Amino acid sequence: MNERILRYTLIERVVHWVAALTYTYVLLTGLAFYSPHLYWIATVLGGGETSRYWHPWMALVFVATLVWMLRKWGADMRVTQEDREWEKAAPLYIRNEDESLPPIGRFNIGQKHFFRTMFYGGLVLLVTGAVLWFPETIPWSMRGVRYLAILLHVSAALVTIGAFIIHVYMGTAVVRGGFTSIIRGEVSPGWARTHHRLWYDKVTGR
Amino acid sequence: MNLRIQKMSGHAGPVPGEGAQRQEQVAKLIDTTTCIGCKACEVACLEWNDLPFTETVFNNTYQTMPQTAWNYWNLIKFNEHVHEDGTVQWLMRKDGCMHCADPGCLAACPADGAIVQYSNGIVDFQQDACIGCQYCVTGCPFNIPRFNAHSKRVFKCTLCSDRVGQGLEPACIKACPTGCLHFGTKEDMKALGETRAQQLREHSSYKKAGVYDPQGVGGTGVMYVLHDATNPEAYGGLPKDPRVPLAVRIWKEPLKWLGNLAMIGGIVGVSLHYLRYGPKRVKDE
Repeated sequence: MNERILRYTLIERVVHWVAALTYTYVLLTGLAFYSPHLYWIATVLGGGETSRYWHPWMALVFVATLVWMLRKWGADMRVTQEDREWEKAAPLYIRNEDESLPPIGRFNIGQKHFFRTMFYGGLVLLVTGAVLWFPETIPWSMRGVRYLAILLHVSAALVTIGAFIIHVYMGTAVVRGGFTSIIRGEVSPGWARTHHRLWYDKVTGR
Repeated sequence: MNLRIQKMSGHAGPVPGEGAQRQEQVAKLIDTTTCIGCKACEVACLEWNDLPFTETVFNNTYQTMPQTAWNYWNLIKFNEHVHEDGTVQWLMRKDGCMHCADPGCLAACPADGAIVQYSNGIVDFQQDACIGCQYCVTGCPFNIPRFNAHSKRVFKCTLCSDRVGQGLEPACIKACPTGCLHFGTKEDMKALGETRAQQLREHSSYKKAGVYDPQGVGGTGVMYVLHDATNPEAYGGLPKDPRVPLAVRIWKEPLKWLGNLAMIGGIVGVSLHYLRYGPKRVKDE
């Protein structure tokens, strides 16, 4: 009865951490280029030139992890009727009154929103980033594309940063056991029952 | 005499040389009405700056190549302008960095000190601080900065800041055989240009002659006398009302402050949430 339950397989954990590390690198170097007051980050990470060189390559690795996650978790990330019910009761979740929440599957709607934000945000960052990477491929007569790309790149980055802050906060500080699950892969039955009742029922065969 | 820096890209806090030196603003005046397209200025630029040679590109004009290059900062643009009455006029314009008082390249650049403006108004790229991001390419309203894919650095005309710093005129000025290129203080060059434009309006058929010193970028350190100041586009794409792109302004000012506020707000928000509600604990049986 107290058998720990596998929540994330080894490959899921590896891909998650590749995504986490590459996103963090791209975030930090991006912040360095974003504000002169944060340019010291580039200095810490090996200098402006090195940061500029690796920023797009690390970003490509990050986008590759997004594509992998979409294939692996796409089905689990679909929004269900249970999620809609849960979302209406989300203030209870925010206030840590979880016992009154309706049961849900493997991921809650907040995690699903996070996944979508990072995925579509990543796509916008990829396309606009390509323009920033090779601006001279955009002819002078179409320079409006360059201007649009810069604004969209920064805006999309800021949106993902907001989602990232909440994700890290929830995963480490609030939902105790969540951080362990993405490192060691396992959760306790109580954890699974409390946070993801329908998923718990499914994997334990009830 | 060493030139001090009054504006610096990607720099947090005050600029070291701001207001620290008494300096006249310098300017180059290019009188397109007396340019004969001899390209002596192109050669002088290559020679003085020791720029490596590059192949020229023939595209059915006398122009050396379609546009300036990372190692070709000074290019005479040849334009066959057809007037409304069907007559053709050959317009020649020396193209290169305009040395804006309010430089879009400098506003866009994220690298500390990679683009500077000296106290005499010259805008200069410092390749040792450049990180090769090419934001300056996007920031410039005149399509001037050129990227060297090998060294990953961006180059453009320096207005011979090394010569000017030693009290000499730029190399192109020295080479011009017709005297269509002038160099001096901005005030003198502006007055000289206006005098010449007035002369053209009063004593020639160029009734629309005028000086090109676009105020949208705060005026430029390179000015033109044009036969027809109402139609700068005819001179090989000289913009009528150049400005630092609005997107660059939004990106560097409101968007940045909104973003900073949102990021700090997010961190403060989750911290307050933790203090108020704390962690979710699960009782294991």
